[in-house]
Amino acid sequence: MNAPAPVARISHPNYLNVSYGVRSWLLTTDHKRIGLLYLVSITLFFFLGGAFAVLIRLNLLTPQGDLVQAETYNKLFTMHGVIMIFFFLIPSIPAVLGNFLIPLMIGAKDLAFPRLNLASWYIFNLGGIFTLYAVTSGGVDTGWTFYTPYSSLYSNTHVVPTVVGIFITGFSSILTGLNFIVTIHTMRAPGMTWFRLPIFVWSHYATSLIFILGTPVIAITLALVGVERIFHLGIFNPALGGDPLLFQHLFWFYSHPAVYIMVLPAMGVTTELIATFARKNLFGYSFVAAASLGMAVIGFLVWGHHMFVAGQSVYAAMIFSILSYLVAIPSAVKVFNWMATLYRGSVSWDTPMLYGLGFIGLFVIGGLTGLFLAALGLNVHVHDTYFVIAHFHYIMVGGAVMGYLGGLHYWWPKISGRLYSEPLARFSAIVLFVGFNLTFFPQFILGYLGMPRRYHAYPPEFQVLNVLSTAGASILGIGYLLPMIYLIWSMRYGPVAGANPWPATGLEWQTPSPPPPQNFQTTPEVTWEPYDFAGRKDLKLPSPGLAELRPAAED
Amino acid sequence: MAESRSALAGHFQDLEQQREASSLGMWIFLVTEIMFFGGLFLAYTVNRATHPVAFAEASRHLDVALGATNTAVLICSSLTMALAVYASQLGQRKALIGFLITTMALGSVFLIIKGIEYADKFRHHLVPGRAFAFSGPQAKPAELFFSLYFAMTGLHALHMIIGVGVLFLLLVHAWRARYSPEYHTPVEVSGLYWHFVDIVWIFLFPLLYLIDIHR
Repeated sequence: MNAPAPVARISHPNYLNVSYGVRSWLLTTDHKRIGLLYLVSITLFFFLGGAFAVLIRLNLLTPQGDLVQAETYNKLFTMHGVIMIFFFLIPSIPAVLGNFLIPLMIGAKDLAFPRLNLASWYIFNLGGIFTLYAVTSGGVDTGWTFYTPYSSLYSNTHVVPTVVGIFITGFSSILTGLNFIVTIHTMRAPGMTWFRLPIFVWSHYATSLIFILGTPVIAITLALVGVERIFHLGIFNPALGGDPLLFQHLFWFYSHPAVYIMVLPAMGVTTELIATFARKNLFGYSFVAAASLGMAVIGFLVWGHHMFVAGQSVYAAMIFSILSYLVAIPSAVKVFNWMATLYRGSVSWDTPMLYGLGFIGLFVIGGLTGLFLAALGLNVHVHDTYFVIAHFHYIMVGGAVMGYLGGLHYWWPKISGRLYSEPLARFSAIVLFVGFNLTFFPQFILGYLGMPRRYHAYPPEFQVLNVLSTAGASILGIGYLLPMIYLIWSMRYGPVAGANPWPATGLEWQTPSPPPPQNFQTTPEVTWEPYDFAGRKDLKLPSPGLAELRPAAED
Repeated sequence: MAESRSALAGHFQDLEQQREASSLGMWIFLVTEIMFFGGLFLAYTVNRATHPVAFAEASRHLDVALGATNTAVLICSSLTMALAVYASQLGQRKALIGFLITTMALGSVFLIIKGIEYADKFRHHLVPGRAFAFSGPQAKPAELFFSLYFAMTGLHALHMIIGVGVLFLLLVHAWRARYSPEYHTPVEVSGLYWHFVDIVWIFLFPLLYLIDIHR
């Protein structure tokens, strides 16, 4: 047997080795460390939310729902939704990767308000503690949507600590969004003009707009549910003439755009991945940037499509339906631009690229089935069925989580300074893709056949598809566990990555990995256009990109 | 000059960049505040459109004189806040301290009057819940009106309390002569916040107190 090669040390001063100890992490104002603090927090919440999903899928193995009672099942899907949405998906890419990368990408030393950034993390965890209290003291059963008057008047479960938790956590989103917008406006390095920003930054700008415009609305709405329960105010109480539907309007005014909070950053990540691993200038840069903003704007005008059967006027429903179709335009602009970027690029199949391509495929399925749901007639047929569940899991898990994992793999050498095992990572990306589709594709069919969501039991004819879905979920679980294991392993034993391992064009790759505490030795001056793979001779691409060969080929 | 150098946080290039970031940050925060109050204003609008008679009737149970006094108090406090910002720009430490104290005092007067009004509502069983008592056919939607009254003025009062706390911090720093014509951004952005909270009241007062005043 060969003796194991000695593990190379990273000795240059960087944000990881500049100081040690718990205090140096808990009191840090370094955006890179705060990103990692978020990474730890949301990973814990992810596996907690995942545990609830496991119980849900196990219960649905049999038509009678043998594992848990109906009441317990209600709590399981509620807590799965609450934790996954508010404590994992919404902070995932912005709070971890956005925090880590935005100052690096624009050539700044930190975010504009570093202490506020640390405060956001504490606020996030404080909200998490309230929610964990609700979970451990008996749970909550309203569904993550908290529809009134059930949530405000009738439910006997722990609604108040849950909504307090979400209310508090909302402020961490608001402050993160505020921090990003101010940073992008005021902290760009010399030469980093708006149209030289990576699309990742553009999509975080759009996401931050939703953070600051949407999150306060859900905060006040859930606060009103809380005060209805505690102080017996009656704003949503129909017995006083209040309007329970008003709750749904306010709730979805945030919670629909929240989907774009999840998917816009994932699109930003995907754009970086596609351009880097096609080694080609991004096709239609300004269109992709504008499409991000377009989705954020239109996303605020479509909330009524969640309420087609809730008794809203037919004219409102028609307008919401048409506006919902409009979201398809910027979404499609992005997908077609990614395709055009791939066209005649020198594509390589590194792990991040597998996630990026997986994102595109799953997002297209999720997006197109969203058009089914935006159609007034078809929506009535599949409303509150597993078709809806499958649709939004394709967007949120297939889209947002694939983007998140793709980004984590792509920037992991920058974050940790080390490389993970590429074959193992590719294998787990494929496991994840297969497991995901096996879990959720059967749910489209189940929903179309009429299986309603949120029931702990179902007619026996649906069992085969449910067993398939549960089998897929166990594969999916392996796909999530593997990266956690080999990424942690690589932090200590992985080969040293170097500053720019892929290589890529962004400013974050110009500084050593892991970056020094101040990000750059001297403030960089940007003189090049984004994604200019053909013009950047300093990257020393392994083989000449096809983009360079093309003029000759066309002669 | 040593003073202004220590005021510059390490991650900014210069004081100008830092001032721009702080000011933009506060404006964006105020946008989030508009959305935060916006949910309540929407709830008010929808419910008032549904129950116009009950809202008018319930509104008559509010004390217009106290509400008007409070409006005047807040407008004066906005003036003294603006003067505090002006004093900080000129580097007049004593004037700054004086105007900050006046503003805090006016804010406290507002809160005391608000407290008197709340106590009055408690005595007259106008607080939503089991003890709520309102004669006539409009009792239920009147309870809805008072739900909105307490939610909206309560949230506003909470912002006033935070505002007085912020002014206290400014006062401590002003006392220690931390502000100068080169560096007074905290006074400026806190002033923005104070004016915002005033403006919210300028909307709340007619919407809650003056619905039925023309009769």
